[in-house]
Amino acid sequence: MALIDLSKKEIHCKIVYYGPGRCGKTTNLLTVHSSMADNARGKMLTIETKGDRTLFFDLLPLNLGTIRGFNIRIQLYTVPGQVMYAATRKLVLKGADGLVFVADPLQVRRERNIESLEDLRTNLLEYGLKLEEIPLVIQYNKRDLVDTPIPTLTVAELDADLNSAYKVKTFEASAVTGLGVFETLREISKQTVRYVTNKHLLHETK
Amino acid sequence: MQDFILTAEILDKARTAIEGSLIQAGVRTALLIDGAGNILSNCGRDSDDIDAISLAALAAANLGATSQIAKLIGEEDFSLLFHKGKNGNIHFGRIGDELILITIFGEDVSLGLVRCRVTDLTDILLQIFEG
Repeated sequence: MALIDLSKKEIHCKIVYYGPGRCGKTTNLLTVHSSMADNARGKMLTIETKGDRTLFFDLLPLNLGTIRGFNIRIQLYTVPGQVMYAATRKLVLKGADGLVFVADPLQVRRERNIESLEDLRTNLLEYGLKLEEIPLVIQYNKRDLVDTPIPTLTVAELDADLNSAYKVKTFEASAVTGLGVFETLREISKQTVRYVTNKHLLHETK
Repeated sequence: MQDFILTAEILDKARTAIEGSLIQAGVRTALLIDGAGNILSNCGRDSDDIDAISLAALAAANLGATSQIAKLIGEEDFSLLFHKGKNGNIHFGRIGDELILITIFGEDVSLGLVRCRVTDLTDILLQIFEG
């Protein structure tokens, strides 16, 4: 749910990074946080359990400049990926304006990716949203592992598993090294801001 | 869930209502947020010193979590939460289905007064936001 503050001329959008446990959602946010200038980023908030797993969510507020005189403020959230945190995941998804699905390319996690995307679809439906209607990009993370002996899925396999129905933009990334992280963020921010402004502001000012 | 579009008029009315009631009673900060963690209004003498974005996100999550706890014991929801600290206290009250009013206050203000003022404000704020 976007918040448009006409008195301060600000638009607040919420982008949620979704995906199976240990796929690198928090690492994406940490990389964004460490690479952005102080005036464009807020304080990163993270609630972790012992063992570096996200218990509730991470939050990173960003300022993305102005469009038509409106300050664009984006809040990046991650969800806890582990299956047992289903209720928390649904809670964080509340009011999301854009989504990044982070896929884990390890062959052993193939089923987890598919389950997680299905879980996302189901949770959105409970808020009355369809995955086809809300801005979504898919990130194939951990591409730095492709050249190692660890068995990974190819982009074609990941596409067939996750993107055959939705046909959204996908990005190859390595959240640890920073590769593809900003490309993903740029695309989802663009789509989300367009979605929110088309839905409200352009309609209002016509 | 509906999107919020805040006009200066709505915000001014909400701010005036909160300042005339809670801030007048001596609380440090009153923060009005929605269930997704967006800040609608931030008033009070300490309002610039706190990290309002983090507080709003955590408060929304906190109430979301306690609402799940409520369901586990057969309750629909808990309408308020209160945390007591050494020097500061925090009170969370639900305003309708979508809004949450967070009040931060010291030992100089009684919890009873905060609860009374929040109850009074609930109807006023609902009327301002829902018409």
